[in-house]
Amino acid sequence: MAVVFIPSLMQNLTKGQSKVVVPGKMVREIINNLDAQYPGMKDRLVDKFRIRSNINVAIDGEITPMGLLGEVKEDSEVHFLPAIGGGALRQTG
Amino acid sequence: MTTTYEHNVVLKSGDDKFKVIGTRPIRHDGADKVTGRALYGADFQTAGLLHGKILRSPHAHARIKSIDTSAAEKLPGVRAVVTAKDMPQTTGDVSMGEAGAQNVAFLRGNVLASGKALYKGHAVAAVAATSPHIAEEAIGLIKVDYEVLPAALTAPEAMKKGASILHSDLKMTEFGQKTNQVNNIATHFQHKKGDVEKGFKEADVVIEREFTTQTVHQGYIEPHNVAALWNQDGRLLIWCSTQGSFFVRNATAKVLDLPESQIRVTPMEIGGGFGGKINVYLEPVAALLSKKAGHRHVKMVMTRQEVFEGTGPTPGSYMKVKIGAKKNGKIVAAQSYLAFEAGAFPGSPVGAAAMCVFAPYDIANGLIDGYDVLVNKPKTAAYRAPGATHAAFAVETIVDEIAEKLKIDPLELRLMNAAKEGVRRVDGPVFPRIGCVEVLEAMKNHPHYKAPIKGKNVARGVAIGFWFNVGLQSSCTIAVNPDGTVNLTEGSTDIGGTRASLAMQAAEVLGIRAEDVHPTVVDTDSIGFTAVTGGSRVAFATGWAAYEAAQDVVKQMTARAAKIWGVEADSVEMVDGVFRSKTDTELKLSFKDLSEQLNDTGGPVIGRATVDPQGVGGSFAGNIVDVEVDPETGKTQVLRFTVVQDAGKAVHPSYVEGQMQGGSVQGIGWGLNEEYFYGSSGQMANPTFLDYRMPTTLDLPMIDTVIVEVANPGHPYGVRGVGEAPIVPPPAALANAVGHAVGVRMTKLPMSPGTIMEAVWQSKKK
Repeated sequence: MAVVFIPSLMQNLTKGQSKVVVPGKMVREIINNLDAQYPGMKDRLVDKFRIRSNINVAIDGEITPMGLLGEVKEDSEVHFLPAIGGGALRQTG
Repeated sequence: MTTTYEHNVVLKSGDDKFKVIGTRPIRHDGADKVTGRALYGADFQTAGLLHGKILRSPHAHARIKSIDTSAAEKLPGVRAVVTAKDMPQTTGDVSMGEAGAQNVAFLRGNVLASGKALYKGHAVAAVAATSPHIAEEAIGLIKVDYEVLPAALTAPEAMKKGASILHSDLKMTEFGQKTNQVNNIATHFQHKKGDVEKGFKEADVVIEREFTTQTVHQGYIEPHNVAALWNQDGRLLIWCSTQGSFFVRNATAKVLDLPESQIRVTPMEIGGGFGGKINVYLEPVAALLSKKAGHRHVKMVMTRQEVFEGTGPTPGSYMKVKIGAKKNGKIVAAQSYLAFEAGAFPGSPVGAAAMCVFAPYDIANGLIDGYDVLVNKPKTAAYRAPGATHAAFAVETIVDEIAEKLKIDPLELRLMNAAKEGVRRVDGPVFPRIGCVEVLEAMKNHPHYKAPIKGKNVARGVAIGFWFNVGLQSSCTIAVNPDGTVNLTEGSTDIGGTRASLAMQAAEVLGIRAEDVHPTVVDTDSIGFTAVTGGSRVAFATGWAAYEAAQDVVKQMTARAAKIWGVEADSVEMVDGVFRSKTDTELKLSFKDLSEQLNDTGGPVIGRATVDPQGVGGSFAGNIVDVEVDPETGKTQVLRFTVVQDAGKAVHPSYVEGQMQGGSVQGIGWGLNEEYFYGSSGQMANPTFLDYRMPTTLDLPMIDTVIVEVANPGHPYGVRGVGEAPIVPPPAALANAVGHAVGVRMTKLPMSPGTIMEAVWQSKKK
């Protein structure tokens, strides 16, 4: 199962845990399962059918452009990173 | 004895067998550029063309009580006047698809001010007239009644209790959660790794310093420009200088509440962008003027002052960084507080800064706090590795100081702590194969680093920096011509020689010369979606699309050769540009000979590809710099400068070297000279290139380059983006060199003579 790293400002929802193991083959499944274990997570991360515009998802160290549709492997690491100004991906020169 | 060395070195990885990749053909657009035939936005001409001008706010912060355009409308020759009232009041986000979203109200509010002017130069109204002079006169006739408000000009000032609030309805967000605080902080975020307090307790040396940097512009030579025709059939045609024609299409569609398909954006040649030509400023305004003027073409070209005051510079910042190390030099804890000026609307590069701030080092315990802070300055835009240069200036100064305190060679200390494959960054992700160690070793082995430092007031500095690079979507088609050449069609604006680097990647697959590939950058109707030219992504991602499109051509032509010979397709292969039977040595056709037969044997061949690649390889760049500082005046002369960078695989080494040299020079300007001088009321005092001092060739020595090739396993040719990393270390390397020369650590950018002398005087007072 994938290891999800919880941003420090969201660890109040996971009772202080900085990483949790969650099943799922897609970011959407990961977040749904995360929310089932730790209610409130989905609301912080998802806006309707998209990852919130100020958050990026990184799978195995790389920000995915696929958002909720990003594919997650059995041994993947998932990070939620701040996307100031509409995305770190936008912060390109 | 004189030591000789190569000024431009490529340290190749392994024994690559490329025939085109790694060579230096002449750029495809060279003749048009050097003869002046290349067409830029300001060259746009057509019958009945109108000229647009913008009225801009003279105040940094003011409530707009009323705008009276009646006198301007009556001026003979004026065809249209628009204000924010002419814009649809759509809400929600401007979808960037692959790259998040921007709040459409903020985007619209930056294009034309509504309710309040939030910075000096904020567009308030616009005019289209039959000549630029009439348009200029007309904007002078527009009467705006302002109620001037106090301005907040720096992050610390704007974050203070009681500071003037820019957006009273904007509450601070913390990772998706809105707080109830209205305090000019748009966003706060935090990254944590290990136990930073415990780490500092274990440290033998702890250094903490505060740093400030000023607002700096990208300084592209070509001002922003646009021509627009909102046709009677409802289609909006735009010609402009942009790094992302599809972004212009998307953003303009959202601001004007139009379907994207109704807009065609044609990217003209671009005279520099460096991140500053991604956002839209003029495009929606020119469109509105065109429609209101009776569907006429409207052209707008900014003045230099408008570029400085009305477009997005890179932000000023306040940073506090603390690093602790053991006596042996091992860094055990690091902490940073990054407060970046977003400008008048949310969206500074502080998130990217946090991704890069400690990236060159393997640090067990780290804490990063980032703040995106609203100030009464233009909304910031990207500038080459946005945020990373600020962060490197702070961190590399402290790392250098630790090395000095511990009496360890500064490159040895960096090598001891260098990030490598498998290291987890403080912001979370684990590094894939990277070239940090190789870059540091190349610096250590360079003749420059080994050369003695000679002369009074002369000193040397080193620094390293990181930029993560991006992938994103690209599209490409390749049509085969009967003479064995191909036409490559793509949508990435060519800023740094990417026509050549894409053509070379296709040529390598096709087994033909780079010169036999004709690359063309086309409009948004003529190619599939292609993301911005930025993030050092074009050679990587659009190059990958060219590679895949070429593979498609090979596949189709292999099948065609098999059809001609009456054999199975899988019995035919293509090697070095020759299609041949695997079993019958008599059956072979060169790429050119087969191309000639295509139309008569089943029709033309067009290869196509769209990509959205992962496997992006981040890049590290390092500098060695020697400076001489005049102790009487504080003037700094750069005596020698070397840049070392990991390029993965340099597709066209000359253009990689050009990026390295260009990025270095911009970094030197940022380090020593460049800044927006603001008066207390938020007026920029130096909005011209005479007073905004960018370095020229007369100010600098030749920049020596070393390309280190640590292949990116995520790309067919091992390519890493190279455009951004070279701007990251120069201010830090200069700060270390100047610090050694004057005996005082530099904590403020730019290190102008005044800043240096002030630092020296302050240290003498202590």
